[in-house]
Amino acid sequence: VIVAVTVHRGRYHDSVALMRASSAATDVPDVDHALAAMATPLNRGLLADLGIDVDAEVGGAPPGPDDLVVAVRALDAAAVAAAVAVVEATLAAPPRSGGPAEAEPPRTIEAAARRLPAGADGTAVALISVPGPSAFVEAMAALTSGLHVMVFSDGVPVDQEVALKAEAARRGLLVMGPDCGTAIVGGVGLGFANVVRPGGVGLVAASGTGAQQVCALLDAAGIGVRHVLGVGGRDLSSAVGGASTLPALAALDADPEVSVIVVVSKAPAADVAERVSRAAVACTTPTVLAFVGPGHPSLTESVMRVASVAGQPWVEPDWRHGRSPGRRGVLVGLFSGGTNCLEALGVLEPVLGRIGSNIHPDHTRRIPALGGATGHRLVDLGDDELTAGRPHPMIDQRVLLDRLIAESHAADVGAIHLDVVLGHGAHPDPAAALAPLIADSPVPVVVSLVGTAGDPQGIERQTTALNHAGAWVMRSNASAAVAAASLASGAAP
Amino acid sequence: MTTEPTGSMLSAPVATHGALARLLAAEPTVVTAGIAVLEDALADQGVATVPVAWRPPPAAAADALARLAGDSRVEQANTEAVTRFMAAHPMLVDVQPAADVLGLERGQLLHAGPPIDWASASGPLRGAIIGALLYEGWADDAEAAERLAERGGVTWEPCHHRGAVGPMAGIVSPSMPVWVLDDATNGRRSACTLNEGLGKVLRYGAFEPAVVERLRWMEAVLGPALGAALRAHGPLDVRAMLATMLAMGDEGHNRNRAGTGILIRELAPHLVRTGGASDDVADVLAFMHSNDHFALNVVMPACKLAAEAAADIPGSTVVTTMARNGTEFGIRVSGTGDRWFTGPAGTPDGLFFPGFGPADANPDIGDSAITETAGMGGFAMAASPSIVQFVGGEVADAFATTARMREITLAEHPTSTIPGLGFQGIAIGIDVRLVLRSGVMPTINTGMAGKVAGTGQVGAGLVEPPVECFVRAAQALADLVP
Repeated sequence: VIVAVTVHRGRYHDSVALMRASSAATDVPDVDHALAAMATPLNRGLLADLGIDVDAEVGGAPPGPDDLVVAVRALDAAAVAAAVAVVEATLAAPPRSGGPAEAEPPRTIEAAARRLPAGADGTAVALISVPGPSAFVEAMAALTSGLHVMVFSDGVPVDQEVALKAEAARRGLLVMGPDCGTAIVGGVGLGFANVVRPGGVGLVAASGTGAQQVCALLDAAGIGVRHVLGVGGRDLSSAVGGASTLPALAALDADPEVSVIVVVSKAPAADVAERVSRAAVACTTPTVLAFVGPGHPSLTESVMRVASVAGQPWVEPDWRHGRSPGRRGVLVGLFSGGTNCLEALGVLEPVLGRIGSNIHPDHTRRIPALGGATGHRLVDLGDDELTAGRPHPMIDQRVLLDRLIAESHAADVGAIHLDVVLGHGAHPDPAAALAPLIADSPVPVVVSLVGTAGDPQGIERQTTALNHAGAWVMRSNASAAVAAASLASGAAP
Repeated sequence: MTTEPTGSMLSAPVATHGALARLLAAEPTVVTAGIAVLEDALADQGVATVPVAWRPPPAAAADALARLAGDSRVEQANTEAVTRFMAAHPMLVDVQPAADVLGLERGQLLHAGPPIDWASASGPLRGAIIGALLYEGWADDAEAAERLAERGGVTWEPCHHRGAVGPMAGIVSPSMPVWVLDDATNGRRSACTLNEGLGKVLRYGAFEPAVVERLRWMEAVLGPALGAALRAHGPLDVRAMLATMLAMGDEGHNRNRAGTGILIRELAPHLVRTGGASDDVADVLAFMHSNDHFALNVVMPACKLAAEAAADIPGSTVVTTMARNGTEFGIRVSGTGDRWFTGPAGTPDGLFFPGFGPADANPDIGDSAITETAGMGGFAMAASPSIVQFVGGEVADAFATTARMREITLAEHPTSTIPGLGFQGIAIGIDVRLVLRSGVMPTINTGMAGKVAGTGQVGAGLVEPPVECFVRAAQALADLVP
């Protein structure tokens, strides 16, 4: 083992640079210790502790605080030379490129809110799709940061929804959701939103797919949409009491560009329906209440009223005819949109009689979501039981595809009705995987294709692909339901 | 220098009732948190978005965070906390024996971090206790001191319990001179020992004769000289000093070179006039000059006064203490008063003095994380980019660290600003909820003590608190939600 000490008089490096150099040199093979340091009393003491007597090793005056000492204890001269080279290389390293870094993305809603452009006050929306247990915390953070909120997440307890909407009311902000799938605000589609043509219709939507059906039918009739304010599927429950619907309705009423308002919802609780009806009557803008489900008109009928109020003609788009009926059997509906499922129930029960569904408002007619039911059956594939821990069927078709194979080959089935929803956020090419299964189906398949001419999936392309595979394709979910019922009974629609 | 906190950016402005009308009048900007497909859909539309890099909080904290989100007191309580935090105006007024300033009696010691007993104490803390017993003359040798400590012949409690702070082991005994700082805003007082220098020193657990000799000189010469000079100088504005330090490249924890220079400049003429024998004055000035960390022990109690001002506000989730005793890391939070929330102390990541390596380092120790608690140190790294080299980083990392610390804090200080960030104020008011929601832990710049009692300092680097502290604090805060 040898010890080598060199002194560079009057040469200065800061202590951090020297520690880095010492550290790097000590890592050189066969080096016991390397120390590059200004010869302060402290550092001379450190060297002494390592058994290195600086004054004995170097000639001349003892080095002082202004002098740099490089001391190496190593196996041989080659190792010493290597260590000294590393010290010099580290100290000589050019200054690193510096300056402020590319900003890291914000980690919280609050930090993101601070990055909004000046003047964004009141015009910014937080779109929250984090897992349900965190959604309340993040939505509350958005409200306290002065943002409107759309909570796409589901699985938020109703008491948290009530608390969120109370907080929003205090701050003059809007909470859309929880479990809000669709909104269009100032021309921007949030969540699953269709590309609508600009126009004068304003929607308040407690049902995402219901709102999409309305947008699609209006679009087909050449009627444009200005806003879709989602409020969440529970907003018109007794517990929540329309806490978002009522301010959304008032805001649309106050927007001079809105000429007709439509409130789309599953049939609400009676007391809340009454309150919403009164608010609708009080609006200066004509307002159509489109409540969906047994005992209510279909959304297609409601859109006809909207067209009439707007003074626009409305004609249902042409159907694409599919495969002829075969054997008689039961009707099976497979829906990614819960409202499409409820609407079909409302349309078909007067025709077919008893129908089972996993979301039937009459609990005695409920069937398991996972299958195993007999008789006419309409299944909401977006049900929590089927989507827990996996994406919604509008994004991920697996649940639909598996179920379509099983049901189309079931012995009791006469026809299948399913919905395909287009627009931002939805599957980029739903027809691609569906078409072969439809072609392979022993029974006729009717598709309600919910979309607009502007949707990114290309509604004509989707229509053609599905129709070539043998599907009946309709824009009206209600018409599709009726057609499917007819096909199931063995008759052409 | 203004003394009025502007309260800038305490929280985003509350939208007025016109907010809903404004929402419908123009294309919105969208902040997104969650699934990527929805963000993509907005990008496809060419909409301006600010995506949040969201991650779930620790599972054990989820319920507490939800309960706190529903607590209507929190927002106002935190606004109050950071307002008080930033209104603090520490003044350095004197140097006096700890016995007089902190009410320490014979047989009583103070130490850094949360409470701890002898059995759990780490090497450097034990070493410093032994050294203090030798220094006070309560034991004749190290073995006797150890026996005395072991059998409970002396008692110790956290510095924080008496409004004081101590670096590293943080041992304070009655005869030690301490800096005395008063808060001109609210009359609170804090104190801290005088910094002994680097290497083998008591605060790193060294207790050899030279260490004790130095402490006796500090008691006999340094303390009285500084006290007399300060009294002649009049109260020294530490709030202004901290702002100047940041402008001069100190972050106030691992770099205090500018602050030390300021102290020397302020006190030198008064030392000469009041300090007695010229040899003593020269020794005092040389001692201050020889130690770039001399000002740390003034910065720490100044930060303590600011944090203490924010304490004890029901509902507030603002962190008022971060401190380590060499075994555990502990935090205290405004809304839970004096309760400590602890977890195992980590070992810093950084550079070692020659002859030492990671195996020699003691777990994190010292009250000096009070600087980070008050927005200095690791939080103000952008003011002092050279510090980042301790972990082999680049200048950009220093800026990124400071920006990241803003993620977990509620406000920006009106007078302590960072020139390189366009004079943005340092980040004030660590929010327990933001730490847990962001997954960003406070970054602490720190020295490393040797594991074995008597070793002294072995390196310096960066360390983070254990997440358990924050989880437990959130749970306790949630239990207090009405």
